[in-house]
Amino acid sequence: MAAEAVIRISGLVNQFGKQVIHDGVDLEVMRGEVLGLVGGSGSGKSVLMRTILGLNRPRAGKIELLGVDISRMDADARAATQTRCGVLFQDGALFSSLSVTENVQAPMREHLRLDQALMDELAALKIAMVGLPPDAGPKLPGELSGGMRKRAGLARALALDPEILFLDEPTAGLDPIGAAAFDSLIRDLQHSLGLTVVMVTHDLDTLIAICDRIAVLVDKKVRVGTMAEHLGDPHPWIQEYFHGPRARAAFASADGGKG
Amino acid sequence: MTVEPGWIREGTTDGRLVLSAGGDWTVAGAGALEGLVKALRPGAARDVAFDLSEISALDTAGVWLLRQAARRHEEAGARVAWEGVAERFRPLFELVEENEGKKPERPPRVNAVAAAITRLGRNSIEAGEETVALTAFIGQTTITGLRALLRPGRFRLVSLTNQIEQTGLNAMPIVGLMAFLIGIVLAYQGAVQLRNFGAEIYTIDMLAITIPREIGVLLTAIMVAGRSGSAFTAQIGTMKVNEEIAAMQALGLDPMEILVLPRINALIITLPILALFSVFVGMVGGAAMAIVSLDMGATQFLGRLQEAMTLKHFMVGMVKAPVFAYLIAVVGCYQGLRVSGGAESVGRLTTRAVVLSIFLVIVADAVFSLMFAAMDI
Repeated sequence: MAAEAVIRISGLVNQFGKQVIHDGVDLEVMRGEVLGLVGGSGSGKSVLMRTILGLNRPRAGKIELLGVDISRMDADARAATQTRCGVLFQDGALFSSLSVTENVQAPMREHLRLDQALMDELAALKIAMVGLPPDAGPKLPGELSGGMRKRAGLARALALDPEILFLDEPTAGLDPIGAAAFDSLIRDLQHSLGLTVVMVTHDLDTLIAICDRIAVLVDKKVRVGTMAEHLGDPHPWIQEYFHGPRARAAFASADGGKG
Repeated sequence: MTVEPGWIREGTTDGRLVLSAGGDWTVAGAGALEGLVKALRPGAARDVAFDLSEISALDTAGVWLLRQAARRHEEAGARVAWEGVAERFRPLFELVEENEGKKPERPPRVNAVAAAITRLGRNSIEAGEETVALTAFIGQTTITGLRALLRPGRFRLVSLTNQIEQTGLNAMPIVGLMAFLIGIVLAYQGAVQLRNFGAEIYTIDMLAITIPREIGVLLTAIMVAGRSGSAFTAQIGTMKVNEEIAAMQALGLDPMEILVLPRINALIITLPILALFSVFVGMVGGAAMAIVSLDMGATQFLGRLQEAMTLKHFMVGMVKAPVFAYLIAVVGCYQGLRVSGGAESVGRLTTRAVVLSIFLVIVADAVFSLMFAAMDI
């Protein structure tokens, strides 16, 4: 498949008050890849994601999402692009007054005109796809565990069969078994649905297991590369990140799993 | 990206029914596609083939619909074969195949009458439980308050002054405006009605009794219940949702002492002051209207007012203020601590706090009236 950039960011500057978060970020995300976004706390990973989603106006720079400049979008174009992007927020961000099924149906109801029966079928399909038991559908988010809320949030993100899936710390707060299961779930869905995935994560196991390329936010800029390329990067923060004790443990377990 | 609407056509080759589908079979067109699928009538054909070679885009909704069409043929007794499925769509087919048909069981239908009776019973039990819990909460606040009296260091001064500012100082403009307008309305209505008896001069007596004794305090309490009682519930409720209350308890800090006590004390201090302020402004409003509509001078008004207004009526009104304040603050804090779950619960309990505190204020006002009547005040 020809490498086509679905997200193209150039010269992005983000600033809150006097604090500069991003100073000239350039990033391209190719169709069908899984891109991990890492960086220290406060380095602006979530801000970058929110900026791409149009939830935060950048100070300068240009962002093209699926070939359209997001700063020049009118409301219709924005809605059309949004239906092609799915987002999983940290801890799901489910609508607390709606059941899981209704949460999954919310984007369908807003953007499409479908029969209730068809929406019920599609919602049940999405709920099963993310590995939730059927009886989770009528439950309210408050009645679910953290891991189930994440899966429900993923089902909602996938409601409209998006092309790009944004994940904000998908495995944070999950136990190691749950996190590994979530990793393989994302990998499987990405493969089956042909998704492009952009994920903010701190989880080195996730990075090793499912990310094709990794974008590291350091010094207010982004350095993109494969794991192997980052391992050879002399930047002190990147060195520490990918060669620290936790990274060694993650690599060891990944090797052990393969061997 | 151009969207090519999906289509499906029936044809026959070698005695087989061939359904060729093409175009975009995606969720964006799912409404129309479902119509196409429903329009297909499974006939007598024993052998059915689906030819998907012309499909340009496919997603889970499209796969589900195609499989739905196949299922209808299978139910009619046909054998279904899939042809021309592009390699890139195979994983998608497998994914849908694995996960379809896992639907939750529908909850059994409940008789409407039975449901209404159940709800009535549940609400009654809840109301009973809430009365007990609110009484217990009042006891708890009293104990916390008494303990704090023994060790005055436990009164949170910063938090108290902050609450006084928010519930008292910041409420003055709106309370003043309301009192002024009520004064005008009362004076106008009094003057118009009493003129029929040639007794319009008694408008001043009416103002001098109703505003300090009843209206000033009661309306201020209602305003404060809507303004500060709701804020208490929303603030404490949101903290509960964020697990801040649990964090406080885990750190050995008492939420009753840190959150509830300063709010109750602040309201007990500010509501009487606001009530006094509102009585004053209400009298000014009444005076303005009376002077205009009764054609009397300010001196004459003040002279009459001095005769009509007594300390008794004023004290009767002011005595109620701290009681109202206590009720509003206790209900607001209690409902806030009862929040569980998420945003929806905060909203529901905030409404309940306002309704309940206004109700209790009016009940208390009635009790006061009976008491004062029995005491001949």
